[in-house]
Amino acid sequence: MNKINILEHEMVPEHIIMSEEEVEEILKKYHIKKEELPLIRSDDPVVKLIGAKPGQVLKIIRKNSPAGVSEYYRLVVEGW
Amino acid sequence: MKEEKIIEKVDSVESLPLSIKNELKNKLIKVNRKQKLSEKIVKNIIDETVKQYEDSLVEPGEAVGTVAAQSIGEPGTQMTLSTFHYAGVAEMNVTLGLPRIIEIVDVRRIPSTPVMTVHLEEEYKNDPRKAKEIATRIEETKVKDITKKILMDVINMEVMLEFDQEILSKQNLTFEEVFKKIDALKKTKSVDKENMRIVLDPGNVSLMKLRKFMTRVKNIKLKGVKGIERALIRKEEEGYVIYTEGSNLTGVLKIKGVDYKRTTTNDIREIYSVLGIEAARNAIIKEITSVLEEQGLEVDQRHIMLLADQMTKNGELSSIGRHGLSGEKSSVLAKAAFEVTTAHLFEAGKSGAEDDLGGVTENVIVGQPIPVGTGIVKLAMKSFGKEE
Repeated sequence: MNKINILEHEMVPEHIIMSEEEVEEILKKYHIKKEELPLIRSDDPVVKLIGAKPGQVLKIIRKNSPAGVSEYYRLVVEGW
Repeated sequence: MKEEKIIEKVDSVESLPLSIKNELKNKLIKVNRKQKLSEKIVKNIIDETVKQYEDSLVEPGEAVGTVAAQSIGEPGTQMTLSTFHYAGVAEMNVTLGLPRIIEIVDVRRIPSTPVMTVHLEEEYKNDPRKAKEIATRIEETKVKDITKKILMDVINMEVMLEFDQEILSKQNLTFEEVFKKIDALKKTKSVDKENMRIVLDPGNVSLMKLRKFMTRVKNIKLKGVKGIERALIRKEEEGYVIYTEGSNLTGVLKIKGVDYKRTTTNDIREIYSVLGIEAARNAIIKEITSVLEEQGLEVDQRHIMLLADQMTKNGELSSIGRHGLSGEKSSVLAKAAFEVTTAHLFEAGKSGAEDDLGGVTENVIVGQPIPVGTGIVKLAMKSFGKEE
């Protein structure tokens, strides 16, 4: 049996929980409200593994994009 | 200028993305080797690059969605309507072409031809025998796949199974193992180990029940991963890779010898539930790109990325149909302009629907500037009263 850690799967990019200050900075940079960010559900397998709570914002580091490395942000919301 | 200085200089520019920085670094260093560049020239080149990069960025208000739709849609018209056959594995059927694209954006629960690509770990991938062994371990084997004979005796109300050593050893099974699984039903009447026969008696049942019992016996799983109908090995550059018909990501990832970090499926919903929304986004991009590539069409990655981002922005997979992204409430006027005009208007009138005139169609109908391009800019008068 393999011990699987899905965070190591090549299709799963790195998800990082952002601090309040970092979130503030991002919102200011893009002139948006927190609710306008793309969402990620709290029952998402990655969210469960890294232990993010609803209301927190995740920074997702996408590699292999045309820009080389790009950052994406998702707001954790309660799964429905 | 020294090479380290150039690298440092380029890295300190914040407004450029990594890929452009790398390209710029490589080119500058290459030129610098031929003829030394002064610091001033390097600075000018970097400034010019930044300027060109910023000029080529998408303007605010640009209708990127429309551009993406057309960029994917136009090559779509040249696609062969339905193509089957997987490049390389001739024995396997895979939906490709337009039907597959529709399937992907529809996020159908189960794709019409679920397929997994199973990569193997170092020690297995270069040995065809070991690869084959994993393939047989993945492939789901049921009683009906290995019986030589399976008979229903309606007079005695019994089911008779007969096995064959040759078939069993091909699947790495022994008669004892098979018997143990079948015996778990607790309906065994007699066993003949020499002739490999098992007689099952379901008790006093009707003919219909007996038939049902027989199908149940036939479908007893002996080994393998549920849902994997077939597993083929194929030699590729990196070594042996297993392709399967049928998909079960959780099951296959757990198999020893499988490189779970790279093993994938073409079932996007399954990827979403096992690996999460971001992996699903990557899967959408990968699947659409591979279908287009297979047809010899080239679409810029960014259009497909936009599509995938929109499909996953709610944290779950939303499908795209004729009416746009599902779950997106669209304007009454826009709906009426599309089809069955009166029906939509009656319905809207009945329910007292409102329209906030946020889209393009609605504003064309009412004769206002559309919120695209320069139309997206709104002016607000600064009041000349006393300042706070």
